[in-house]
Amino acid sequence: MRITILVFAKLRDLVGAPRLVRDVAAGSTIEDVWRALAGEFPAAGPYRAALSAAVNAGYAKFSTPVAEGDEVAFLPPVSGG
Amino acid sequence: MPIPLLSITADALDVQAVVRRAEDETGAGRHGAVAVFIGSVRGENLGRRVVELHYEAYEPLALSAFGIIAAEAGEAWPGVGIAVRHRVGRVAVGDASIVIAAAAPHRAEAFQACRYVIERVKQIAPIWKREVFEGGEAWIEGATADPSDAAARKAAYERACG
Repeated sequence: MRITILVFAKLRDLVGAPRLVRDVAAGSTIEDVWRALAGEFPAAGPYRAALSAAVNAGYAKFSTPVAEGDEVAFLPPVSGG
Repeated sequence: MPIPLLSITADALDVQAVVRRAEDETGAGRHGAVAVFIGSVRGENLGRRVVELHYEAYEPLALSAFGIIAAEAGEAWPGVGIAVRHRVGRVAVGDASIVIAAAAPHRAEAFQACRYVIERVKQIAPIWKREVFEGGEAWIEGATADPSDAAARKAAYERACG
């Protein structure tokens, strides 16, 4: 199934694009999506412990399953304000 | 036209517009105090001379984070009206990056709620700043955003009531 991946800030710099479209296996979780992304961009791998995730613009846990057409976002540590 | 209660903009921030929005939120005649927090760009950080900051946001999630935070403040300080406006894009030294207004019946709740909101924005809002300084630039990284982290929420509340 096809999903969209959004990455921000330093993570976007590591990946080299703000938005990627990827095919993932049915039943994949956000964690699976991250593993595939980190496989493709090894420099991003060590980031995992500091990241948060969102699906369709709502906060989500890495154990959350993703569905066809979902927008999955990976969020580096935030620094607003 | 009034600005939204919770918003993100690339334009310079109008403090009075945010104050009015918070006052409107409490309802006519219901507030006796408005506390305002203005976050602005400091000219030095970590011993470096700052040239400017560049902010970016995951806007739909940031707006929903502001909504979560305002609802938390409403639970802790019933009757408080919260308005938040955060800037994105280039922000010059001395300019405001965020304005928070908390309108409440009395000053104690207004001050506490305002402090709570900025602490929570820094903890969970998906907004990032890249600092351009003399000699380079760097992403600034703070908290791992987790709105369900009860310890972080408690820490923000305790700072607010400090």
